[in-house]
Amino acid sequence: MHIENLVTMLNQIESFFATEPDHDLAVEGIRLHVQRFWEPRMRRLIIAHVAAGGEGLSPLAVEAIQRLAPVKAA
Amino acid sequence: MQSPFENKDFGTPESHASESVTLTIDGMTVTVPAGTSIMRAAAGAGVMVPKLCATDSVDPYGSCRLCLVEVDGRRGYPASCTTPCENGLNVRTQSNKLADIRRGVMELYISDHPLDCLTCATNGNCELQDMAGAVGLREVRYGYDGANHTKSQKDESNPYFTYDPSKCIVCSRCVRACEEVQGTFALTIEGRGFDSRVSAGMSEKFMDSECVSCGACVQACPTATLSEKTLIEMGQPDHSVITTCAYCGVGCSFRAEMQGNRVVRMVPWKDGKANHGHSCVKGRFAWGYATHPDRITKPMIRDAITDPWKEVSWDEALQYAARRFREIQEKHGRDSIGGITSSRCTNEEAYLVQKLVRAVFNNNNVDTCARVCHSPTGYGLKATLGESAGTQDFDSVLESDVILVIGANPTDGHPVFASLMKKRLRAGANLIVVDPRQIDLVRSAHIEAQHHLKLRPGTNVAVVNALAHVIVTEGLVKEEFVAERCDMVSFDKWRAFVARENNSPEALEPITGVPADQLRRAARLFATGGNGAIYYGLGVTEHAQGSTAVIGIANLAMATGNVGRRGVGVNPLRGQNNVQGSCDMGSFPHELPGYRHVSEAGARALFGEAWGVTIQDEPGLRIPNMFEAAMDGSFRGLYVEGEDIVQSDPNTQHVIAALQELECLVVQDIFLNETAMYAHVFLPGSSFLEKDGTFTNAERRISRVRKVMPPLAGKADWEVTQALAQAMGYPMQYSHPSEIMDEIARLTPTFTSVSYEKLDRLGSVQWPCNEATPEGTPTMHIDTFVRGKGRFMLTEYIPTSEKVTKRFPLLMTTGRILSQYNVGAQTRRTHNNAWHSEDRVEIHPVDAEDRGIRDGDWVGITSRAGQTVLRATVSERMQPGVVYTTFHFPESGANVITTDNSDWATNCPEYKVTAVELTLVTQPSEWQSQYKRFAKEQVSMLPQGAAVKV
Repeated sequence: MHIENLVTMLNQIESFFATEPDHDLAVEGIRLHVQRFWEPRMRRLIIAHVAAGGEGLSPLAVEAIQRLAPVKAA
Repeated sequence: MQSPFENKDFGTPESHASESVTLTIDGMTVTVPAGTSIMRAAAGAGVMVPKLCATDSVDPYGSCRLCLVEVDGRRGYPASCTTPCENGLNVRTQSNKLADIRRGVMELYISDHPLDCLTCATNGNCELQDMAGAVGLREVRYGYDGANHTKSQKDESNPYFTYDPSKCIVCSRCVRACEEVQGTFALTIEGRGFDSRVSAGMSEKFMDSECVSCGACVQACPTATLSEKTLIEMGQPDHSVITTCAYCGVGCSFRAEMQGNRVVRMVPWKDGKANHGHSCVKGRFAWGYATHPDRITKPMIRDAITDPWKEVSWDEALQYAARRFREIQEKHGRDSIGGITSSRCTNEEAYLVQKLVRAVFNNNNVDTCARVCHSPTGYGLKATLGESAGTQDFDSVLESDVILVIGANPTDGHPVFASLMKKRLRAGANLIVVDPRQIDLVRSAHIEAQHHLKLRPGTNVAVVNALAHVIVTEGLVKEEFVAERCDMVSFDKWRAFVARENNSPEALEPITGVPADQLRRAARLFATGGNGAIYYGLGVTEHAQGSTAVIGIANLAMATGNVGRRGVGVNPLRGQNNVQGSCDMGSFPHELPGYRHVSEAGARALFGEAWGVTIQDEPGLRIPNMFEAAMDGSFRGLYVEGEDIVQSDPNTQHVIAALQELECLVVQDIFLNETAMYAHVFLPGSSFLEKDGTFTNAERRISRVRKVMPPLAGKADWEVTQALAQAMGYPMQYSHPSEIMDEIARLTPTFTSVSYEKLDRLGSVQWPCNEATPEGTPTMHIDTFVRGKGRFMLTEYIPTSEKVTKRFPLLMTTGRILSQYNVGAQTRRTHNNAWHSEDRVEIHPVDAEDRGIRDGDWVGITSRAGQTVLRATVSERMQPGVVYTTFHFPESGANVITTDNSDWATNCPEYKVTAVELTLVTQPSEWQSQYKRFAKEQVSMLPQGAAVKV
């Protein structure tokens, strides 16, 4: 998994939900999408990336990943 | 409905009138719907009136004068085909006078007909021969020496059928079928009187004319004038089996007419509810691939892709695959392997592959080829309407008033449905086409789109938003429908969003290239023109905003009140025969069968208990994620059933690099496809003719696939998956696919009333088919949306990151052509190559001239991902700045050029937008040279005796 690709994917997801005027709904939309569709190793990687500063990610995306549930050990 | 296996011709089409009339025919009291012809009413009562120019697929014509009857109180002898039934009529179909007239007519026909019945291809199945017998013809008083047509030359130009004018009785059935059934108008009767003859185009050979080889004329012909070449070669069939075509998402029903285990011909079944007896060149004629010498029929294994293949027994191949998969899991973890189901295989087979992954691999790493086509449909329609499927049946289009076609080319991609749509358009419905190219629907025989919104590739969402803007700001919303059926909070947000000035046609015109005034008129027409139906295809989904566009389409349909009744709806035109079914069967890594998310504890418990395992609660890897994980070493083994990911997925070189990292790639297919060249285990698959099962078409119709010949390799695909599960230690034991469907029905709420017994009885059913709707559901969301209230979602247009630049100034988009099918594995191995033997790149004359490119020149196509070389077709179908190609031939390398860009929600690749430059070249690209060498090397590794050619 290349973190650059995950960053691109997450920013694309963010740009769909960013139109939502309600900030919390927008963040929740992103979080839920990642939770429901991203395989755990992808989530693990993006969580680590956000923990390390989240370079390249939009603020909404960072906020959504910060709300993401921790990934269980495989 | 007739019995599924009957093939009775009622002479004229069925009337659907609600009123009925009662009359007497040959002393029998008969009640029929008003508008029914006397001929049809008689046939329904078991009285077959002699006929030649009438057949129930076309309107009555009244030319042969054989079907005359006597009606009390009427003068003369009216033709029963053109005379409608009326209350109180007393009809006689037989009398001495009628017999004299009929014999006289037959005498004239036979006086100009070769009397070679014993050696004729239709001997025993010829309506002219039958009628000669029926009327008791014993002599021809005129003799056979007068002027006649018996020395007329045959036209054998079409690879699948012959036209022998010497046998033509000029009944016009073929001409009418071409017009009324197919809608191409390629045939006519030229000349007058004795000189009258059927002519293709302007006195051309069939292959040189506009004929699309759908076979409707051949089917309609009552003599041997138009005959299948296979019938001429093999003779009459001895039995037939009703089954379902394995090409596109229309899912046509066919009678496979057989001699023992050999197919003589495939004839569209007129009681097939998706096709009503029509077909296209693929389903009707292009089935020879099933017994092509390239078929691999022995299991093979090898340790590395540089090793020669070794033919082994089924047991050895399965044990080898099972051992390697288990070894990988032991070493790299449970989630290091996965599988891909096929939209070409049956529902039962897709179900078993996902069951193998979930119950035996014990993870959710399963995906399907819908990933690269209609995954955005699944996402977008589920989010807005509540169900991942189209809302209508195909016949619904006959009640549409305005048809909006976005990013679909039905005459090429879904030709049999296109014929139905064209029928409605000829009858007066309005048409709006949204497409970068001038597809055939924009202007063809007796059809012209009211509006062709020729947008720039990648701007669907902008166009949909602009349409919505006009509807909202000009007060065209169906407020009552929205208030009653939709979630008003979401609607109010959406209304405010689309009403913004930046979504107006004027603001978006510089982006979309669509004139604002034209867009406004199109929006008004759609919103106010009566029943509005939207049909869309991969030109919508295969974009970075594919899911957004699907959502936008659903928004449009809801805002205009065009959901929940006949004639309207949101209709995805699915690409492959079983895309809908493979998605229904739980092929996505986040969903169990019936679209239930793996995080739903109840659904997991249900399947877990039935399968005796614990289902994992986390989504698995999608196909592109699998490639990524293969590159980083966390994904090492893959089982691929019936999909050629190397040819069909974008950025070929990336796909190949990922597959080369796998420790074990198992490919199950009927041919050594491009993916199999990177495999370690090859498990021979079975064609649709070799197995039982079901396909689900684009209208959610579940139809039976019936075995007509034994599997060439000894096992049907479902048996292979089952054997692999057993080799991995899991007790999967079905004795017939009907048992798999029974399990699907037990575990899937939308399928609970589906069974093979029901499918055999009804012919087909559309899901949901359960206790509430035991005979299926033609129209969805009638009183309420599946999700309750319809949900509007905001669809901001976001330009793709794939930009044109000075270096890559053109946008390339891709599509398919009528005669070839997807990666071409099937159609390339048929005579369909006579129409399309290579992929070409289409370019507008202005762009071509700028680059010195002439029609037929070899041009290099370079993108940020790679380069390939194709020949050019200079065409005004294109708009300046846009080029187009198909992807049916592996050596074309169309996906060497496409990029990794994908839909934000589903990772469906953005095949439709690639920035490229075209230049004149003199030799193949480096990739093409490498490909040729590699493919040749791989074929040389096949066991001696394999007949595969590169």
